Amino acid sequence: MDRLALDVAHLFAGGLVLASFMLLYQDRMFGLLNIFALHALIVSLSVAWQAHIQLAPHLYVTAAIALVVKAIIIPVVLHRIIVRLGIHRTIETVGGIGQIMLAGIALVALSILVMLPITAQAGTLTREDLAFSLSVILLGLLMMISRRNAVSQVIGFMSIENGLILAATAAKGMPLVVEISVAFSIIIALIVVGIFLFRIRERFDTMDVHAMGRFRGGQP
Amino acid sequence: MELIVDALVQLVQLLLVLSIAPLLTGYVRKLKAHLQRRRGPPVLQPYRDLLKLIRKEAVLADNASWVFRTAPYAIFATTLIAAALVPTFATGLVFSPAADLIAIVALLGSARFALALAGLDVGTSFGGIGSSREMMIASLAEPAMLMIVFTVSLLAGSTQLSSVAAYVQGPELGLRVSLGMSLVALIIVAIAENARIPVDNPATHLELTMIHEAMILEYSGRHLAVIEAAASLKLLLYFSLIACMFAPWGLATAGQGFADFAIGVGSYIVKLAVGGFLLAVFETGTAKMRVFRVSDFLGAALMLGLLATLLLFVSQRG
Repeated sequence: MDRLALDVAHLFAGGLVLASFMLLYQDRMFGLLNIFALHALIVSLSVAWQAHIQLAPHLYVTAAIALVVKAIIIPVVLHRIIVRLGIHRTIETVGGIGQIMLAGIALVALSILVMLPITAQAGTLTREDLAFSLSVILLGLLMMISRRNAVSQVIGFMSIENGLILAATAAKGMPLVVEISVAFSIIIALIVVGIFLFRIRERFDTMDVHAMGRFRGGQP
Repeated sequence: MELIVDALVQLVQLLLVLSIAPLLTGYVRKLKAHLQRRRGPPVLQPYRDLLKLIRKEAVLADNASWVFRTAPYAIFATTLIAAALVPTFATGLVFSPAADLIAIVALLGSARFALALAGLDVGTSFGGIGSSREMMIASLAEPAMLMIVFTVSLLAGSTQLSSVAAYVQGPELGLRVSLGMSLVALIIVAIAENARIPVDNPATHLELTMIHEAMILEYSGRHLAVIEAAASLKLLLYFSLIACMFAPWGLATAGQGFADFAIGVGSYIVKLAVGGFLLAVFETGTAKMRVFRVSDFLGAALMLGLLATLLLFVSQRG
């Protein structure tokens, strides 16, 4: 594999980690959606590049699905949901952006330290992409636990899925049927989440998921 | 003979930096004025200001100590040395073994230390506010700067600017996401260090927001002239640093002929013009940040620097 192919793959994978950090950093609703669209666009570019260098044409389909579903449909739908819920002006109070950023850096370091030794036999590209995809997944989880707003938690969840796709394409040989079913389940998840958001809104008059704590059973 | 020529070239660089620094400041001001549909002062106005200030009497506060009087010269001297070390039109000059990135960061740090001391010395409340804010910015900008230095020197294998420039020009470079991240981080650090718009407004004396101006409020006459000249030099230094590390095309190396040096000077002027234009557009398009948001802004630079180093670590282990 020549240097340019590696460098471009490294560029896209590194860009994906950077976009995850931007998601953590952004606290405005529409900004969050735009960065999520960028996140999905980078995944789709990365997958298309893998298809090109691995000579695996079915990965182009994966890239197209990522582009259409996650970079266009999901942001547009979430945009409408946000407008209809009337929360587009809310600025989320993320507790201490500095600590979250440091935690994110620590997670990236952790995933590099974990992934590089255990994939010693694999090729350079696979090792890099696995390390980066683990960091994208962990950053998505960090985003889900650091936000109180249900819509941002949904975006964190979708960014985890992008990390999984990066890992799957790096491992050479994800069948197309898997990708189609994953994409399908993401769309179903979006529909469920959309209904769910309106239900939360109807019941609690807020998008703050902490408000639901009171309704948990089994507490005195 | 060779040594004399080399020393002469180094001297030319020193004088070039010293003489065009106010011009760059005036040029950026003029561009900003045009973008805001004002006519603006002439490009040569900073020179006239400096001349006027030098001729005026320096007024000192009653309780000003020797620190207050010597600080401007210390600031000017350290900034001038740092600016002379950064390669502008040619690399590998006489001072080039000393043109180490860490040395430049340290020189700028000493200048900042002297400025903060001078702000505190007279004991006015504005000086104190300015110094404390400057130190808050520095405590975030310096680690970010060092992370950038680590990234670039990990790639180039040296902290010397001449080797960094040679590496970036060479065939070894490839496509590096880490370099892109450190470029963005360096631009953020440069904006904060030079007290440009999202962090501080160089053209205002509004008490709530000023940082740099608050520290030098008590200065007048030749002291103020020297501090203003140092501020222009610092702006030029960051432009040269970015140009030398990330766009070293057209740089001459020592021992080449006159034509190469002429190309080097020409490309340097072009780079400064482009950089100044971008700065003016950026400053016109953004609004001043609240002081408490500055830590988020600089935190992004620190985060980018750390991330760049981490990504580099992966690609080198592979």
